[in-house]
Amino acid sequence: MNSFAFTFGNARLHARPTGTLHWPEQGLLCVSDLHFGKAERIARLGGTLLPPYDTRETLCRLENELRATAARTVICLGDSFDDLGAGAALPDQERLWLQRLMAGRDWIWIEGNHDPGPVDLGGRHLGAMTLAGIVFRHVASMEMFEISGHYHPKATVSLGGRQVTRRCFLIDGTRTILPAFGTYTGGLACDDPVLAGLMAPDALAVLTGTRACPMPMYRRKTAKRSA
Amino acid sequence: MSALPPLFEDWFTRRGWSLHAHQIAMLERAPDPALLLIAPTGGGKTLAGFLPTLVDLANGMHAGLHTLYISPLKALAADIRRNLSTPIAEMGLPIRVEDRTGDTTQTQKRRQRADPPDILLTTPESLALLLSFEDAPRMFAGLRRVVVDEIHALADSKRGDQLMLALARLQTMVPDLHRVGLSATIEDPAAMAHFLARHPDPCEILFADPGPDPNIAMLQTDDPPPWSGGGAAYAIPAVLEQVRAHRTTLIFHNTRAQAEIFFHNLWLANEDALAIGIHHGSLDRIQRRNVEAAMVAGELRAIVCTGSLDLGIDWGDVDLVIQIGAPKNVKRLVQRIGRANHRYNAPSKALLVPANRFEVVECVAALDAVKARDLDGDPRGPGPRDVLCQQIMITACAGPFDADALFAEVTTAGPYAALTHTAFDDCLNFVATGGYALRSYDRWQRLRQTGGLWHLRDPRTARQIRMNIGTIQDTDTLKVRMKNRMGGQPLGEVEEGFAATLTPGDTFLIGGQVVRYENLRDMTVEVTRRADKPPRIATFMGTKFATSTQLSHRILRMFGQGDWPELPAHTRAWLDLQRERSQLPEPDRLLIESFPYKGREHAVIYGFAGRNAMQTLGLLTTHRMEELGLDPLGFVATDYAMMAWGLNPLQDPAALFDAANLRAGFETWLAGNAVMKRTFRASAVISGLIDRTMQGQRKSGRQATFSSDILYDTLSKYDPDHVLLQITREEALKGLVDFGRIEEMLARTAGRIDLRRLQTLSPLSAPLFLEMGRVPIKGAATERLLSEATDALMADAGIAEVEARPKWRVGY
Repeated sequence: MNSFAFTFGNARLHARPTGTLHWPEQGLLCVSDLHFGKAERIARLGGTLLPPYDTRETLCRLENELRATAARTVICLGDSFDDLGAGAALPDQERLWLQRLMAGRDWIWIEGNHDPGPVDLGGRHLGAMTLAGIVFRHVASMEMFEISGHYHPKATVSLGGRQVTRRCFLIDGTRTILPAFGTYTGGLACDDPVLAGLMAPDALAVLTGTRACPMPMYRRKTAKRSA
Repeated sequence: MSALPPLFEDWFTRRGWSLHAHQIAMLERAPDPALLLIAPTGGGKTLAGFLPTLVDLANGMHAGLHTLYISPLKALAADIRRNLSTPIAEMGLPIRVEDRTGDTTQTQKRRQRADPPDILLTTPESLALLLSFEDAPRMFAGLRRVVVDEIHALADSKRGDQLMLALARLQTMVPDLHRVGLSATIEDPAAMAHFLARHPDPCEILFADPGPDPNIAMLQTDDPPPWSGGGAAYAIPAVLEQVRAHRTTLIFHNTRAQAEIFFHNLWLANEDALAIGIHHGSLDRIQRRNVEAAMVAGELRAIVCTGSLDLGIDWGDVDLVIQIGAPKNVKRLVQRIGRANHRYNAPSKALLVPANRFEVVECVAALDAVKARDLDGDPRGPGPRDVLCQQIMITACAGPFDADALFAEVTTAGPYAALTHTAFDDCLNFVATGGYALRSYDRWQRLRQTGGLWHLRDPRTARQIRMNIGTIQDTDTLKVRMKNRMGGQPLGEVEEGFAATLTPGDTFLIGGQVVRYENLRDMTVEVTRRADKPPRIATFMGTKFATSTQLSHRILRMFGQGDWPELPAHTRAWLDLQRERSQLPEPDRLLIESFPYKGREHAVIYGFAGRNAMQTLGLLTTHRMEELGLDPLGFVATDYAMMAWGLNPLQDPAALFDAANLRAGFETWLAGNAVMKRTFRASAVISGLIDRTMQGQRKSGRQATFSSDILYDTLSKYDPDHVLLQITREEALKGLVDFGRIEEMLARTAGRIDLRRLQTLSPLSAPLFLEMGRVPIKGAATERLLSEATDALMADAGIAEVEARPKWRVGY
């Protein structure tokens, strides 16, 4: 397997190279920032007409993850829909696809800043939830053992003169931040002060790709962490 | 209208000037619908272009805009305005001249639209913007002439295509418009005339007297140039001596980074403190202006510069041009030499300074070509359709349009004369609906058709479209400024990728100063002068010049000689050493060298097929290397050779050159490579699929924008025949040139491959290590290196013994 396994509170979690988080003991798969319907929303707001295939591509990858992990419970950590209108405007084919994935699973939609209300798709809709001492919410707070999304972290590694940038997990002893899973999502560099303020000095960045590659989140001795 | 009016005659006489034959001819042929003037630099092109306008306007009878002057550079427009003011003032002509560029104030721009001057000086982008306003027909109503200056420079890029579409638009508004193109010496005048003409109308060509042959030679130095390296530091004392011996010297470099290093070294050796300045496109505008002003005032003895000085700005008393590094093409060299000695009938003086020994060979070949007046260049391809998509949007901004009428208009532009109606319709459909196989935007179309006319669905989108006008690709750059409480003096720009590698305390060169990186604030790199380390080199995206194929062939012929009496002794020795260590490339054989260097395996293929073909060959062979498990990491191509590096050595070259394999894999493979993604990004921005990211708009929330690579991958997977992917293929193939050239090379060498396995790099391969434009291969090797790099970082941070700590465990 190419996942990165770590102990978080009392749980053994697997950061998968695809950017999802698997909790085998609970049969649980956690994904963040799916941003379904992003292309449609941009078009609706008078922006450009991006290729309208982002939702099906995200669904396709999500289905692969569900198949690979056989998860019975799915937690979507918020910003699952690019806005509530995008949830409502989901084309039939994609709506049916999503409902097929949801069928027979305990599916929890955590609220995000993009999708602060329920979408007419079934599943449970929560502001945050706690399971076996671990809190799932959209934006990291200061709680212990908290799994969140929102920031779309990414990390850059220099490979002898050229740079490779990947979406990444950020993990320290009490906090895990997931990368965005949605197809049309960008990232926030993990050395951005916003993220640096959240994570402990020994935090890891776990890069996605064909194998989950852990590395220290803070690479320079000069990197400062605000309290 | 033929003779010069007495008012003008008198003025010229008073000044002691007489008109050149081509200037008189331009006056006589002012009624021509289109006219192309080809004159060497210093030949009074600009006056030739404006004289008919000045004569026409002298009686004060014309109302409104009379002449539109378009130049590739803002600075040129400002310069021309200054130059025109003298004759206008001294002859008391009732003519108002204004320029309009990105630097013009909003108030002035608004006034220019309401009350245009007689002569408006502008750039292609500003013209395109003007045409997007509803009041454009009123503003251009009286227009008689359009003068395109330095048309050879504009024709080199998509800016030229955009300009020709804009002229087609203008001519629809004012059918009796006369076009004039002013060009430096070029290899194919007929093609340039075709580019400028309003089809199917003709465009005649006027040739000015080319003047005496230039006085051009290679600089003699006491020290030999090194084997490789682009700095030409060895030549500093000799260059300083030349600067001392002349009034004003221009020192041209091929890249901005080279210019910076050379300038730095020049100052270290400048014991007499001669006034020497630096000028290139990455420097802050104010700094550039100061240098330009000092130059015009004759206060500088030399300017170290790049292509930003290539165009016809009046530089006063330049009496020597020095070219550092081999001139990458003969045409450009001839145009640069034209900078020296603006007195038309005196020969220009120029010196070539090769930076390394390979360039000595190139310089000698270039000198031969100049003597033979043998110019080079690649033919222009058909007009790019991403630019057409932008033109459709610009047209829609100005008001509703009829599709057939627009098609007819577009095909009057030279680059689009052969455009098919279907190809046009695909572009219109893309702009209107996105053009996707999945029709999901019916409600949110950008353009709608009402009563047969196309118009913007939401007029508010016009603002967004206007903000995206233009075809110049700005790579992501960050401003650099001195750090102090007042905000600090701006110094220029560096690439974002370079800025990302800086750690506080690192030093680099900009504007000839060594500065120390302190921090990044509001997307600005803040630096101080506390430089205590040797500088790293800032990587500026300079224009990448490709040596012409024709020069490559001259060089290959030189290699075939038994000895080289025309070359300096050091270069002869260097070529002899190549013969001894490896061998010299031959026309009917293919030389491949394979060697380890700095922990990577290298393979160099000396194909001499020209840069474009070598680039294609690089893409194809590294793809085969990936299949063969050689784990290639990247490659770089020049006109002569392609060098790939990776983790495993090349041992069986025949497997790389299986022609059937190469061709079969070409199309399918083409889809996935970095060049395609880079081309896609450019076309996606120009065609309006993605917004140009404005500097300063992206201070925060970068997670809101995502890489265009994602769009490329998604589109390739779900809609492989989409028009934007077609456009990307068309544009990428222009850069990669046809497969035919590679097949020609394979036929020429017919499997006669010489593989030389060497201990280390060879004399001939050394210069390749300094080539710009490296193309990464994202394959198995990247994953392997990424794992290694992250493991190493873990080890550095002392987290290597992950097993010892209960909290972490790698893998399972």
